[in-house]
Amino acid sequence: MIDFDKFELNNGLKVIVHQDTSTPIVAMNILYDVGSRDEDPDKTGFAHLFEHLMFGGSENIPKYDVPLENAGGENNAFTNNDITNYYLTIPKQNMELAFWLESDRMLQLAFSEKSLEVQRNVVIEEFKQSYLNQPYGDIWLLLRPLAYKLHPYQWTTIGKDISHIENATRKDVKAFYRKFYNPNNAILTVAGDIELKEIEKLAQKWFGSIESFPKHERNLPLEPKQLEQRHLRVKRNVPFDSIYKAYHMCKRTDEDYYTTDLISDILSNGNSSRLHSKLVKEKRLFSKINAYISGDIDNGLFIFTGKLVKGVSMEEAEEALNDEIENIKLHEINGIELEKVKNKIESTIEFSEVNVLDKAMNLAYFELISDADLINEEISIYNNVSKQNIIKVANEVFNNNNCSTLYYLAN
Amino acid sequence: MKGINRNIQPNINLVDRIDFNQPEISTLDNGIPVYQLQTGTQDIVKLEFIFEAGNWFEEKKLVAWFTNKMLKEGTRKYSAGQIAEKIDYYGAHLELTSDKDMAYVTLYTLNKHLSDVLPVVEEVLFHPTFPENELAIKIQNKKQEYIVNSEKVRNLARWKFNELIFGETHPYGRFINPDDYNAVYQDDLIDFHQHNYFVKDCKIIAAGKIRKDLLPILNNCFGTYSDQFERNTNNRNLIEPGNLHIVHFIKENALQSAIRIGKKLFNKKHPDFLKLNVLNTIIGGYFGSRLMTNIREDKGYTYGIGSAIVSMQHSGYFFIASEIGTEVTQNAIDEIYREIDVLQNEKVPESELNLVKNYMLGSFLRSIDGPFALSESFKGLVEYGLDFNYLKSFVNIVKQTNADEIQLLAQRYLDRNSLFELKVGS
Repeated sequence: MIDFDKFELNNGLKVIVHQDTSTPIVAMNILYDVGSRDEDPDKTGFAHLFEHLMFGGSENIPKYDVPLENAGGENNAFTNNDITNYYLTIPKQNMELAFWLESDRMLQLAFSEKSLEVQRNVVIEEFKQSYLNQPYGDIWLLLRPLAYKLHPYQWTTIGKDISHIENATRKDVKAFYRKFYNPNNAILTVAGDIELKEIEKLAQKWFGSIESFPKHERNLPLEPKQLEQRHLRVKRNVPFDSIYKAYHMCKRTDEDYYTTDLISDILSNGNSSRLHSKLVKEKRLFSKINAYISGDIDNGLFIFTGKLVKGVSMEEAEEALNDEIENIKLHEINGIELEKVKNKIESTIEFSEVNVLDKAMNLAYFELISDADLINEEISIYNNVSKQNIIKVANEVFNNNNCSTLYYLAN
Repeated sequence: MKGINRNIQPNINLVDRIDFNQPEISTLDNGIPVYQLQTGTQDIVKLEFIFEAGNWFEEKKLVAWFTNKMLKEGTRKYSAGQIAEKIDYYGAHLELTSDKDMAYVTLYTLNKHLSDVLPVVEEVLFHPTFPENELAIKIQNKKQEYIVNSEKVRNLARWKFNELIFGETHPYGRFINPDDYNAVYQDDLIDFHQHNYFVKDCKIIAAGKIRKDLLPILNNCFGTYSDQFERNTNNRNLIEPGNLHIVHFIKENALQSAIRIGKKLFNKKHPDFLKLNVLNTIIGGYFGSRLMTNIREDKGYTYGIGSAIVSMQHSGYFFIASEIGTEVTQNAIDEIYREIDVLQNEKVPESELNLVKNYMLGSFLRSIDGPFALSESFKGLVEYGLDFNYLKSFVNIVKQTNADEIQLLAQRYLDRNSLFELKVGS
C-alpha cells in the first residue's frame, strides 16, 4: 500500500509525492512519455540516443553529473519501447539541487556538436557490446520484425540499424527534443522523508516557468491481427540451439493483462513452475526455459525462450513445449496452483515497496498508463482472476496463427 | 515564477552525520549468532545463513559451488520438487550462492509465512542428500550455461585475469574447463558438506521487520544442531603466478576486446585499504572518474569502464576493466596508463577530491539504507570479524584523506611494472 499526493502545474507537469520517513534518501523520478515506438521508421534509436544526450549539459549546467555527485547523489536512466525514464537518489537535505538539475535540462538542453559525436560513438559501442558481441545477443533484432509488421514495436530501442545512429544530425535531435521533452509530456515523482507543501513549492519554483508545447498526439499504426504462423530459422556462432516463440497479447491496461501475467507465472515462475519441472527436470529437453510477458503499453507479446540440451532435436523440444501450451488451454488449473501464483504476486508487490526509488518509479509509471491509484488496486485485480479467465485467455493468446517462432541454431 | 536565477546552484549540505542502527545480537542454543537489523517499512524478512564453505576449502574444482547449488535439490524429507513447491507456494525465495571464501543460503519471505518456510530451510541446510539424478541434471545444465558464458569476452577476461594474478593452482585463480563439470560426483558433495558446513562457523543475519518470536523460531529449527566432523586439512601446493605481465588471450571475431589491468593486493583489514578506496573511486569508481571522463565521455571508445578493489579472506586485488571497440583497444590501454601516470605525478585538485568524497559519502548512505542494502553491508563486515565501527572509520578516512596521500598511494601501489595487463579479443 503506497500513500501519495498528486497535483499538476499550470504547464501540465504532473507531480506525485510519496512520504517515507524511514530513509534519509530522497528519490526523484522523471518519466517522459516518449519511447522507441514514437520514432520515425527511418530514424530509429533516437529515443535512446537522446537519453544519452540528456547528460551532455543544459543551458545553465555544463555537466549534469558533477553537481549531483558533489551533493552525494547518483542517477541513471533507461529507455524502452514506451518511455524514457530518468531517476536519481540524493540525501534529503540536498533535494532542491535535484529540482534545479532536472528542470534545467527539461527547459533547455545544450546540444553541443561534441556531445552528439561522443554519444553517437558510445551508443555504437553499446550496440556492439549488448547485441552483436554477445552469444544470442541479436535475438530481438530478429524476433521483433517477425512479430510486428506495421507497429513501431517492430524495432528495438537500440535501433533498426546502426546507420540510423551514425547518420543522426544535430537538427534531428533538436527536433526530437522540442517534440517530446515538455512539461505536459512528463511525470515527476518524489519519494522520501518529505512533506507535500515543500514539494509543491519546489516544483512550482523550478518547473513552473517552463513553457508547455502542444502535446504530441500519438497516432501509431495498429498492428493488424496476425492470421498465420510465422517462422524464421537462423544459424549463428553459438554453442547450443535455442527456440523463441512470441504470441500477441493485449495492452497493458486491458483487464486480460492480469490473467495473462498469471499464466506466465503458472508456466515459468519459480522452480515448481510447469515448464521448469516438466521440460527441464523431468524430460531434460531444455537446460533453461522461460515464459514471460513483455509489459508493453500497446498490444504486447507473450514470449517463450528456451535453450535446448545438446543432442535434443528441435522437433522433439518444440513438440514438448507445445504440449505444455496445449495443456493450459485444455485443462483448468487446480486451486492450489492458482493460490500459489497469487501468493507470489502478493509477495512481489510487498517487495517492490522496500526501496524508495522503486516506489518513485512505479508511481510515475502507473500514472502514465492509467492513474497512480492503480498501484494499490492491482493486488485485488490479480486476486479476482478465476480459473475460467485463465482458460479463456490461454485459448485466445496461444493460437497457432498468433505465433511467431524463431529457431536460433548453432552452426 | 520569473524571479529564479537558474545560473545559481542551490545550496548543498555535505553528508555529515550518518546514523547506524547497531544490530541486536543474540545467540541460538548451539552458539550460532543471530544479528538482527530492524529496519524498513515492509513486513518482510531477509534471513541470510553464512558458512565458511567457499572455493578456498575445496580440493577438486567446482565441488564447493555444486555443494551449495545442490542443497535444495533433495533432502532427507523432501524431493527437489517438493522443496520448490513449498517455497514457491508461500511466495518466498531461497537463494543459494557461494564465492571464493563463503557459501550462503538466503531466504526472502513475508513475515506471515516465516514459520511455514523455515522447516524447509532446516532440511536444506542440515539434511541435503545430493540425489544423483538431480546432480546429473544440474551438471548438464550448468555446464551448458558455462559454455555460453565462456563465449563472452568480459567473462573470459575476469577468469583469465584471476588466473594471471593468483596463479593456476591457487583457489582464487583456478580456471574452470567444461570437462571439470563431468568430474563432480555425489560423494564429493556429501563429503564437502559434512566437512565444511559447520555450526561453529555459521552466522545468521536477519533484516527487515524482525518478529518478536524470531529467536525462538530460529532456535527451534537450527539451535539443536552440532558439528559431527572436523574440517579436512587441505594440502595446498600453491605455485606462485608467473612473470608474464602482459597477456593477449585470442577470441576470434570479437567486435570488442575485454581488458583487465591490475594486480594482487590485500583485504579490508589492511591499514591502507580504506584510503585506497578513495583513490579507486577517483580512478574508476563513479561516472565522473578519470577513466570514464577520458575513455568514454571524451573519446567514446567504450560503453563503460571502471575500477574496483576486491577484498577476500586471504588476499585481495585491484583491477580496471572495460569492453572496448577492437580498433581502439590499444589506444584505450595507452590512455589507462596515462591516467595512472597523471595520478602519480600530479596532485588531485581540491575540487575533484571534495567531489569524490561527497559522492562516496552519498554512496555510503545508500549502502546502509533499507533491509537489503544494510544486510549486505553488514555481511561484508561480520565475515571479517568486524562491526559497524569499521564503517565509522570508513567515514572518517574518506573525510580526512588528502591529495598528498592519494598521490603517495598511487606511487606505492600502481607502479606500472607491478601491474598485469590482460586483453581478450581478436
